[in-house]
Amino acid sequence: MGLSLSLRKTFKGGVHPPENKNLTEHKPIEVLPPPPLVVIPVQQHIGAPSEPVVKVGDAVKIGDRLTEPTGFVSVPVHATVSGTVKAIEPRPHPLGTEVLSIVIEADGEDAWSDAIQDDPDYEKLSADEMRQRIRDAGLAGMGGAAFPTHVKLSPPPNKPIDTFILNGAECEPYLTADHRLMLEHADEIVRGMKLILQILQPKQAFIGIENNKMDAVEAMKKAVREQGIDAKVVALPVKYPQGAEKQLIKALTGREVPRGGLPMDVGCLVQNVGTARAIYHAVAKRRPLVERVVTVTGRGVKEQKNLLVRIGTPFSHALEYCGGVTEDAVKLIMGGPMMGIAQFNPEVPVIKGTSGILVLTEREARVREAGVCIRCGRCVEACPMGLMPTVLHSLVNHKRFDEAKEYGVLDCIECGSCAFVCPAKLPLVHSMKWGKMELSRRMKKAS
Amino acid sequence: MEERMWKVSASPHLSDKESISKIMWLVAASLAPAGIGAVYFFGAHAAWVIFWAVVAAVATEAAIQKLMGKPVTVSDGSAFVTGLLLAYNMPAESPFWLPIIGSVFAIGLGKQIFGGLGYNPMNPALLGRAFLLASWPTHMTIFRTAPHGGTISGIDVETGATPLNLLKLSQDVLRQAKINPAEMPAQKVAEATEHISKLYDAYGNLFWGKVGGCLGETSVFLLLLGAAFLLYKRYIDLRIPVAYIGTVALLTWMFGGTDGLFTGNPLFHVLAGGLILGAFFMATDMVTSPITPKGQWVFGIGCGIITVVIRLIGGYPEGVSYSILLMNLTVPLLDRWARPTIFGGAAKK
Repeated sequence: MGLSLSLRKTFKGGVHPPENKNLTEHKPIEVLPPPPLVVIPVQQHIGAPSEPVVKVGDAVKIGDRLTEPTGFVSVPVHATVSGTVKAIEPRPHPLGTEVLSIVIEADGEDAWSDAIQDDPDYEKLSADEMRQRIRDAGLAGMGGAAFPTHVKLSPPPNKPIDTFILNGAECEPYLTADHRLMLEHADEIVRGMKLILQILQPKQAFIGIENNKMDAVEAMKKAVREQGIDAKVVALPVKYPQGAEKQLIKALTGREVPRGGLPMDVGCLVQNVGTARAIYHAVAKRRPLVERVVTVTGRGVKEQKNLLVRIGTPFSHALEYCGGVTEDAVKLIMGGPMMGIAQFNPEVPVIKGTSGILVLTEREARVREAGVCIRCGRCVEACPMGLMPTVLHSLVNHKRFDEAKEYGVLDCIECGSCAFVCPAKLPLVHSMKWGKMELSRRMKKAS
Repeated sequence: MEERMWKVSASPHLSDKESISKIMWLVAASLAPAGIGAVYFFGAHAAWVIFWAVVAAVATEAAIQKLMGKPVTVSDGSAFVTGLLLAYNMPAESPFWLPIIGSVFAIGLGKQIFGGLGYNPMNPALLGRAFLLASWPTHMTIFRTAPHGGTISGIDVETGATPLNLLKLSQDVLRQAKINPAEMPAQKVAEATEHISKLYDAYGNLFWGKVGGCLGETSVFLLLLGAAFLLYKRYIDLRIPVAYIGTVALLTWMFGGTDGLFTGNPLFHVLAGGLILGAFFMATDMVTSPITPKGQWVFGIGCGIITVVIRLIGGYPEGVSYSILLMNLTVPLLDRWARPTIFGGAAKK
């Protein structure tokens, strides 16, 4: 089991869910026509929500700033259609709750703001100026976590970054947004990477791509060569969750991010390919984040596609464009099947971190009743963080949260590998999330 | 979009094709070659032993679950496997009531009393066997059915002993002869030496199954076929078998001879007795073995040490059942001590 690890660039543990990328990997990105109404939540990122600076009735153009960030770990949101602000009120959000959102009724003109202009001298900007443009553009990590990009690109001086990694792994089954982005816009992604390298000045740079996308590997190699970037494009063995930050760093550099720490603790910084392209748009064209590539897939949707979607577009609009959902569709998921969030309301909007809209049929989802743990140990073998999921599940369910902490529940990255292999179909990730939430609640209460 | 009740649950939203019943029934299937072999070698009576053991196991589980008002889960195949393994640990000529009592004990007091599948601390089949061995020792240690195809020159069947038993008896004679040559008649020494030499020459018999012994343990070949299937399906990992068998081989080589250190015959010890059955099918039982890789190595080595101690120094010729049962009891400790290293936890904060 462990012998091949030192020879191949990979990490310990992990699983092999069926990829299902054949549904969309050969379909070029199509532009989804903007919907008649967009719903833009003021919080689509990790950190503090932003505050509205527009009023009901204001006329807006694409790219106009709608909110101001509050504090450093916060980013603004922008209008993604031209039209009138119809309402500013709590609206359903894909993370399950209702969040204050700015609702804009489109006027059909699709007019962009005048402030969005190309800057021919963008490469001469200082690192701080670039970071400011990135912040003004409202950029957050587009791999899914949506961490404010300008914050990520501002590591403290006592944590020097010597390695930058561009994440093109896209390890979630079904999703092909990043794959298509690399095939169709490798040059812009690499231009964005060039800016990141200018800001961070690392000693080495990698582009990590799973080897089920060799055409993307070639496209990125070509772009890197053409633009004269000093970066190694590495084709990694396919194993979920190779695209998880810590596992990607481990596979490419051999370094392990310490428990409770961040990649900068081992001198590394990771950004998604979509974010890199958005950085290029933000710095070179002053273009804010108003749209992103979303893979609409699963056998529960009639036609699977890769779409370029305006932020704030309701899921239903995208699904209708794809022919609607099938009779036997049972699950609607934001994101991929391993870590995505199941939705109960198809009117929720596409947000900055929405990499996929996944509609699963009964057969695909295989929803089954939980049995009893037979102590087979598969979850222990599968866990990429070296935890013992069945033990944590038991501890949390018996409300022994302190012991769960001691056994490492806070180290769980919620990748789902454990629950995927469990023959008893135990809701392991569900228990981990509960344990983490409860411990976080207790820590907040104590402080 | 029309209204629809979407299913909502925590991630992940996919799972692989495995299930408890799939695993159990495939384990039963991997044991089938050895069972068929048992009927071939020992005759129809072996089939009846298997039949009664399985029926009693399944019936006991169903009855207890019904009485306790719990859902009846016999279709998951775990009681079936327990019955099968218990039968494989019994002589082919066992009277019908022996496997029945064994199964009732194994399922009732070895499994259901703890809460059913997943909760038992010890291997139920082995617990059943241990109970039968303690209560009806004669019935459980006489093997007079000659295997089809011949045995090791028939010496085992005549005495009703297994190859391991014979080895132990013969080696005891030789050891006694060394300590006190005057007391040991030369004829006995010659007989013992001849027996050992025949046993050590009988690898073919031991491998294919032409020896006396418990009905499921004799054919190493058929057992390995089943084990290969389980390994291919990744239902068992090589750690426990390798650790167990490796330890037995090493220790019997070092201490298993009568001419001093390193004069033992490890190959004989590996092929004889219930080691292959135990190492691949019983020590690897998921519920009663450790869940961490490190723990599994320790578990296998521990089983090996105890097996060899019993075989060489203890009163019984075979130690596999007891070694596994004893190591089963250490599993909660092993699960706590032999934890995997948490990612990023190697360096001290």
